[in-house]
Amino acid sequence: MDFQPSDEQQLVVDLVRRFVEEEILPLEADLDPDASELPAEHFDRLREKTREMGLFGLDIPEQYGGPEIDLVTRTLIAIEMSQHRAGLYAPCYGVFGGAGLAQLYEANEDQKERYLYPTLRGEKRGFFALTEPSGGSDPARAIRTSAVKDGEDWILNGEKTFISGADKADFGITFARTDPTKGRGGITCFIVDTDMPGFRVRRVVHTLRSAHYATELEFENLRVPGANVLGKVNQGFAIANDRLSRNRIPYAAGCLGVAIRAQEMAVEYACTRETFGEPLAHRQAIQWMLVDNELEIRQARWLTLAAAAKAESGQPFRTDAAMAKLVASEVGSKVVDRAIQIHGGYGVTKDLPLERWYREMRIRRIGEGASEIQRLIIARDLLGRSLH
Amino acid sequence: MSIRLEKPWLPLTAEAVAALPGQLGVYEIADASAATLFIGYAGGRSPFGLRGELASERERRRGPGFLFRVEVNMQYLSRHQELLMIHCADHGELPPENETPRRLGRIHPHPS
Repeated sequence: MDFQPSDEQQLVVDLVRRFVEEEILPLEADLDPDASELPAEHFDRLREKTREMGLFGLDIPEQYGGPEIDLVTRTLIAIEMSQHRAGLYAPCYGVFGGAGLAQLYEANEDQKERYLYPTLRGEKRGFFALTEPSGGSDPARAIRTSAVKDGEDWILNGEKTFISGADKADFGITFARTDPTKGRGGITCFIVDTDMPGFRVRRVVHTLRSAHYATELEFENLRVPGANVLGKVNQGFAIANDRLSRNRIPYAAGCLGVAIRAQEMAVEYACTRETFGEPLAHRQAIQWMLVDNELEIRQARWLTLAAAAKAESGQPFRTDAAMAKLVASEVGSKVVDRAIQIHGGYGVTKDLPLERWYREMRIRRIGEGASEIQRLIIARDLLGRSLH
Repeated sequence: MSIRLEKPWLPLTAEAVAALPGQLGVYEIADASAATLFIGYAGGRSPFGLRGELASERERRRGPGFLFRVEVNMQYLSRHQELLMIHCADHGELPPENETPRRLGRIHPHPS
């Protein structure tokens, strides 16, 4: 498979690269090194610019007003968009727009009117709440939040943790056990409004990311109308699973972009920094670090683009997405670590983005399914029924 | 562990500020009655960290009666947001000297 960008893809990639270099990097020079948001005037100005470029809302399906750009090209763009200090978790500070919660594209028309369209218009914000204190890697068994039918409504009780954005959201998608006798076949997906009585953001959960926190939620007799069941009762796990697989490709692309930028910095520094009368680049120990970086980056790039190509063609891509996510997140960690080693003391200062990438990249081996879960998915595909 | 900043208030004097660490973190300024006026942070671009920020606060306020307290914290940005949200939850509004952020979350912590 050849993943050389076409002329058209290269044009778009170059356009986004210039945008990062000319618009994002100069602003970052003045922001707090851990910042994840732009001041409002810059955000509005740059969002307008991405609209003029025809690249706003990249991941919104065309029938909902997004640009018609295939997944491989979007993956190439995602690799470029993350190549700055905040790029891993806030690529270009969000000025290219988001697609909202992917599950809402499968919602019924009434739900789309109430939640999807306002989200796409920028009027509402949503969150996704799956993980509970009892576990996140095995949600089918770990979900203890219960939903009990009461007339036309459902009454939810339980807790969710490591939930991003719930404190700033108008609504969210969450999962609860509606049939305790069944495992994954007993989970239902609900849309909850954050102003419903019984919904509570209990506390902030601080992590290695200074600018961004997760939240802990509590549902106490939270009454949710039957009209807010997303999909079918007891079939919510498939909705959660589909989202997890799809997200792994852009997740991998973000790791890859940061790894590429860290490698560029390491090469540049190795060629200019002198020790004992010679540039670092003349030392075999440094050369081998740079070579290992390059080999691993190319491996991750190939797997990520291969997963995107498979998903774009409509083939099953769960295993491919798992491979891309696994390799890109682990390669990202190793490349940033070696880049810090090459930079020495400067590598761990807040003067350079490497220390932030080092902290944030550590989370990538856990978020969106830990490395061990990705290996489990790949093993299941290799070994099939012999595992059961 | 309390999510509120519950350290004792100290007078905002030159001696107290000089004794502060140069590390990153969050701080609160209050009037003489210990009513919070401002919640701030010493971030990655603050020269001399908390000591530098509090020295600027003292310079800006000139005059007796102001109090302060600090918390050394590497997660200074998310902790700063959290303290603003807690203040809103407890008092129904931001401290008088804080500008309204572009997007501030809402939390409902247990009362202290």
